[in-house]
Amino acid sequence: MRRLTPYLLALPSWMWLAIFLVVPMAAMASVSLQTGNAIDGFAMTFSFSNYADALSTYSTQLVRSIVYGGLATVAMLLIGYPVAYWIAFKGGRRKSVYLFLLLLPFFVSFVLRTISWGFLLADNGILFGTLKSWGALPADFHVLATTFAVVAGLTYNWLPFMILPIYVSLERVDPRTVEAAQDLYASRTAAFRRVVLPLSLPGVFAGVLMTFVPATADPVNAQVLGGTGNTMIGNIIQIEYLTNLDYPTASALSFTLMALLLVGIFIYAKALGTENVLEAAAR
Amino acid sequence: MRSRGGRVGDRLLHAYTWLVILWLSSPIAVMIMFGFNDTPSKSNTSWHGFTLKWYRELFEISDLTTALRNSIYIAVISTIITVVIGTMLGLALGRYRFRGKGATNFLVFAAISTPELVMGASLLSLFVSANLPRDAITITIAHVLFSLSFVTVTVRARVVTLDPSMEEAARDLGATTWGTFRQVTLPAILPGVLAGAMLAFALSIDDYVVTSFVNGSTLTFPLWIIGSVKTGIPPQVNVMGTLIFGLGVLIAIANAVAARRRA
Amino acid sequence: MDHLRNPALLRGVTQPRTRREAFRIAGLSAAALALAACGVQGQKAAPPKADSVKEFWSKQTKHGKVVFANWPEYMPEDKGPLEAFTKATGISYEYKEVINENAEFFGKADPVLRAGQPLGYDIVVMTNGVQLQHMFELGYAIPLDHSQLPNFAANAGAKYKERSYDPGNTYTIPYMSGMTGIAYNTKHVKDDITSIEALFDPKYKGRVGMMADAQEIANFGMIALGIDPENSTEADWRKAGEKLKAQRDAGIVRKYYDQSYIDAVSKGDIWLSMAWSGDVFQRQLAGEPVEFVVPQEGGTIWTDNLLIPKGAANPVDALMLMDFLYRPDIAAELDEYVQFVTPVPAVQDLFKEQAATAKGEEKKALEALVSSPLMFPSEADYAKLRSYTKLTTAQEQVFNPIFQSITQA
Repeated sequence: MRRLTPYLLALPSWMWLAIFLVVPMAAMASVSLQTGNAIDGFAMTFSFSNYADALSTYSTQLVRSIVYGGLATVAMLLIGYPVAYWIAFKGGRRKSVYLFLLLLPFFVSFVLRTISWGFLLADNGILFGTLKSWGALPADFHVLATTFAVVAGLTYNWLPFMILPIYVSLERVDPRTVEAAQDLYASRTAAFRRVVLPLSLPGVFAGVLMTFVPATADPVNAQVLGGTGNTMIGNIIQIEYLTNLDYPTASALSFTLMALLLVGIFIYAKALGTENVLEAAAR
Repeated sequence: MRSRGGRVGDRLLHAYTWLVILWLSSPIAVMIMFGFNDTPSKSNTSWHGFTLKWYRELFEISDLTTALRNSIYIAVISTIITVVIGTMLGLALGRYRFRGKGATNFLVFAAISTPELVMGASLLSLFVSANLPRDAITITIAHVLFSLSFVTVTVRARVVTLDPSMEEAARDLGATTWGTFRQVTLPAILPGVLAGAMLAFALSIDDYVVTSFVNGSTLTFPLWIIGSVKTGIPPQVNVMGTLIFGLGVLIAIANAVAARRRA
Repeated sequence: MDHLRNPALLRGVTQPRTRREAFRIAGLSAAALALAACGVQGQKAAPPKADSVKEFWSKQTKHGKVVFANWPEYMPEDKGPLEAFTKATGISYEYKEVINENAEFFGKADPVLRAGQPLGYDIVVMTNGVQLQHMFELGYAIPLDHSQLPNFAANAGAKYKERSYDPGNTYTIPYMSGMTGIAYNTKHVKDDITSIEALFDPKYKGRVGMMADAQEIANFGMIALGIDPENSTEADWRKAGEKLKAQRDAGIVRKYYDQSYIDAVSKGDIWLSMAWSGDVFQRQLAGEPVEFVVPQEGGTIWTDNLLIPKGAANPVDALMLMDFLYRPDIAAELDEYVQFVTPVPAVQDLFKEQAATAKGEEKKALEALVSSPLMFPSEADYAKLRSYTKLTTAQEQVFNPIFQSITQA
């Protein structure tokens, strides 16, 4: 019975994923190798050239997406880790309250939040208009419709997904361990680097997984906050699918994106040695 | 003992945390403000003066009210399902070795990395070929699907930090499997489960792309709002957002007070 | 402890995956692929023959119910016109605001209709353009029986009876129209904007908004070169593409917008933009400093159209509702709320009459509607307006990349 435990635990999720993810994904993989158009129909031709074509046409946007996603992830890590740290160690009995407050804005419509940001960051709005009238900024300074805005938007929108998992693994660390380390090492930063940080790695890995991946595939921030030359691969997939009805190209791009992300995460996992840490901790 | 630098550091971090919370909430302030805007036309983008009229006429747009209700029901139900099966999977992945673990990890990753558009479109095709009508049920199914990985990954991150000897000890003392889980494991992973639940709820209540494919003619709050962007988002939407946010703040305060009272 | 230098750790992380796992994963994928190796069937439909259309309609009867799918904010909140319809005919209605974007709606409808299943709607509203063309080509729209559309015949404006994208009004009749022209922020733009070249003027570098939609931007590119989009060829598209590319390379365009240009223009983030008339009208009512103009070289007119999708359960009732909306008093009630361009010209006179007898706020509001060229374009304006380029599937595959490579680079 004990040996069956993991299988029983995983079973409901397996079924859900098998039916609603694997089957549609397989169909999509099949479509990615077809040729044709929406009117005359598509036929399976095993055209792997779909992938080559998609890659060469949209290599700029693919690379750009990974760069933007990467920058946003690093930003989220730098901004979010201290928050997770403080809540885990100093949050006291109100830890979940802080977490809840972090997520609360995200229960409210994304559209409203974005429009509100557009209002706040308008070239001559409440923030920049005032600064410009004081002469603190040049007249044609603008944040909206820039790369910075897109990366900032990605950072803003996915930040809780970085903070929460890091918190979750940090909270496990016994503060007395940290104190003991301080007594031994006599330096707070050293204690952090050698004791806390390694113990938080599973959370960091989870955080990166849940932010880098969706941020890279995100079309919305580029659409709303970007200017010319900020188009990301998510936007391209949207256009190929919905406007051009080019299902094979859209599918091929999606799988290419997934493959690139998988490679990225895999490299990251190896670099962190996370696989081994996860196993070691589980023993 | 704690160095003085340490205390300053703590205070700075505390202030910093609040700064981040405020940053995350700043657009909400704008949203709340425009819920009081006395706008004469359908667009709610420039300030015309203070009014409470939208609070009075809150439920006047019946489709919007229905959409909000749908969103809340779907978010609650999908969160519950996701948390249950996701926690189970997180436990399995974080603690045990079993065949198919690698493939499972890959599937979990695939669910996060699939662009929403692709997930929505392929689910729609699946539902159509299975002759399943598209409505609140298919929306819930889709929401569970994309939230599952987030709950799983979060719970797993917590599970790997646990000490299995605690559970062994409990078992040695005669606890049943369920008892061990309920009294030893669950409290230990609870922060992970709750964090996962909050993430899943946030993902569900604000989802647009996937929902737009599998909703049939059932409207959710984000769908309705995006539909109204072209002609102007009515202030009632701002009011509803304000009330949701306000409710959340009240819950947070209540929790904080209750926490202080807990000795 | 530095992880990467710990030998034990390194040994641990550099163990290769077991072969068994690798084979298992490969096996699963191959099986999945094999299962799904069938293609997607084509659905090309031949144009309808007159007799089969008549035959189809002769078999249909009124059922007493109609399901109307529409865009949000396209019907007064109290559903006045629909309530009046029920009172007049006894047919009950269900109204669903489920259409947000043509592409998205088509993306959802295609798998369903392709599988031969009904959408669940009797009337849908789609803008003229690529997706509507696809609906026709794929046989997803039921040809209309004009003998049952007397109000349309009597009350629709002449221009709305001859539309290049649906000759003879075979599948659709108009619901509401709008214009694409230039919107500009009067606080920042002191000149009178009359020419389409204003959008290409280096004076406004970084302050111009263009639309991301290929059909919209192509039209403006061609109109700026003096080409009529409705009769354009591939060479014309390429020329337009070059002009638009030059505009982009010169840094004139700040962004290619979907619909949020209006916020940007109102706020002054951009000073000029391609714009839809209805959006500008809304903002003017709110007192924002935007003006709209149809460029002297020309602008675009687009129409949201009523059509009956394949598999509709109540086609006769649908037809009756479609015709009912062309009664001048009903069209007026609709337009008073929606504030786009109605296909029934008599509405303007009705508004004038109502304004004459109204008082105060209501009088002011009605007069604003009557006198607005955004709601009732002049003959001169109409003469300048062009439809989108009509494209076959093959042409689309040439047309789209030309313009998408500019907006999506």
